[in-house]
Amino acid sequence: MSVDFATPTVSLVKTEPSPNSSATGPIQATAPVPMIEVENLDFFYGKSQALHGVSLKIPARQVTAFIGPSGCGKSTLLRCFNRMNDLIEGTRIGRGHIKIQGIDIYDPSVDVIALRRQVGMVFQKSNPFPKSIYQNISYGLELQGVKDKARLDAVVEKSLRGAALWDEVKDRLHTSALGLSGGQQQRLCIARAIAVEPAVILMDEPCSALDPIATSKVEELIQELKKQFTIVIVTHSMQQAGRCSDKTAFFYLGKLIEMDVTQKVFTKPAQQQTEDYITGRFG
Amino acid sequence: MSLYWEQHLQEIREQLLLMSSLVERNLGQSAKALMERDDVLADLVEDEDSEIDELEKRIDELVITYISTHGPMARDCRFLITASKISSELERIADQATTVARRARDLNKHPALKSLSNIPVMAEEVKEMLRQSIKAFVDRDTDLALEVIGRDKLVDSEYKETARDVESAIMSDPETTGRELHLLTVAKALERAGDHATNIAEEVFYLYKGQDIRHVKLSSL
Repeated sequence: MSVDFATPTVSLVKTEPSPNSSATGPIQATAPVPMIEVENLDFFYGKSQALHGVSLKIPARQVTAFIGPSGCGKSTLLRCFNRMNDLIEGTRIGRGHIKIQGIDIYDPSVDVIALRRQVGMVFQKSNPFPKSIYQNISYGLELQGVKDKARLDAVVEKSLRGAALWDEVKDRLHTSALGLSGGQQQRLCIARAIAVEPAVILMDEPCSALDPIATSKVEELIQELKKQFTIVIVTHSMQQAGRCSDKTAFFYLGKLIEMDVTQKVFTKPAQQQTEDYITGRFG
Repeated sequence: MSLYWEQHLQEIREQLLLMSSLVERNLGQSAKALMERDDVLADLVEDEDSEIDELEKRIDELVITYISTHGPMARDCRFLITASKISSELERIADQATTVARRARDLNKHPALKSLSNIPVMAEEVKEMLRQSIKAFVDRDTDLALEVIGRDKLVDSEYKETARDVESAIMSDPETTGRELHLLTVAKALERAGDHATNIAEEVFYLYKGQDIRHVKLSSL
């Protein structure tokens, strides 16, 4: 499978940044590491603090897995990366920053729509639009004003190939996406996410509703996608994190306990809490 | 906290300890069969070897089943791999004990040699190395594991000394050649058993420290 997405050129900022601002240009998928940098982040749901002073760096074009027991803050942090939490009333960043390619994504100058185009998301439960397979992919581009049929056709094919789905659906592109199996629907959602050529793909337990075969296909797809995209995946499956991630971060009670190379975390973690969690002794 | 699956790990631990106690006993009895010219004891060592072989297979089966069904991580994974390796080392020590027992039986058919050279000392030393390496496993004592590794040099030098004694004995009385060569085989078997005990100690160190010290000089640790 070969996918060659153009370097993203969408600017995240609404206006020209000031000379002192680090927000000096568009997100570039080819820019140096780290892709995402979190600095001393506190996050609140109302009065309840969900994240406590989290600092980490997510390298570009690698898969980073977030693990930890339910309520540890891993999905909260993931949703901070494309400001999905903004949609929840009462949420706020206390202190700290999140920078993507050096741009503070909570800076008032940031265009949130552009951010979400650059930081795509795949959810736990596949959520295709009640439209055709083709329209599920083309819809995002059409919203951006793309009307050229040839270009839309090309993007649909490239995205479906990129999501390892093309061969299975090429003869029924105009049938309802809801007729696909669960695994196919999830790969369609991945195709939809990559159609707009993001720099980062966030995956929130993308395989938790899938059978082992469909899970294997998605994991294989992740290995292909990381050649072009930075991937952050939240998973409750230790085996999945071990199999398909390069780095693993363990969270507990809203704190980052440990982040390291996956192989090290799963064979010789530095922190006792990490070891106890991954061996099933708590959580 | 006791978890339902920890009993499976405990079962593997118990089988390993049972195996090590049988191997230690066989090693001691094989040396005793040689020193006391006791054929009955030598036969017993050989008979019990099959029980040790079965335990090795049982432990491997338990380890494979646990890995397949539980997807172990970190220290659990290290424990399982180590348990399988230790059982393999124990089985090889038992094989060396069988070799000693067989040679003892061969020697018992002939008049006793004047001297068994360093064999009694070597046998005691190797048995102690085995005992200490298993104690290190049970007590999670990596210092003791290192101590066992250090003792292997002593066994090696005792083997070399025995080889020189055998050579001298053959030169002074060529008629003892056959018997002396049996003795040399016994010394070699004990030296190899010492190597296996050292390997167990290295596995114990890896289990608790997560550091692979095989083929590493002790002085560099």
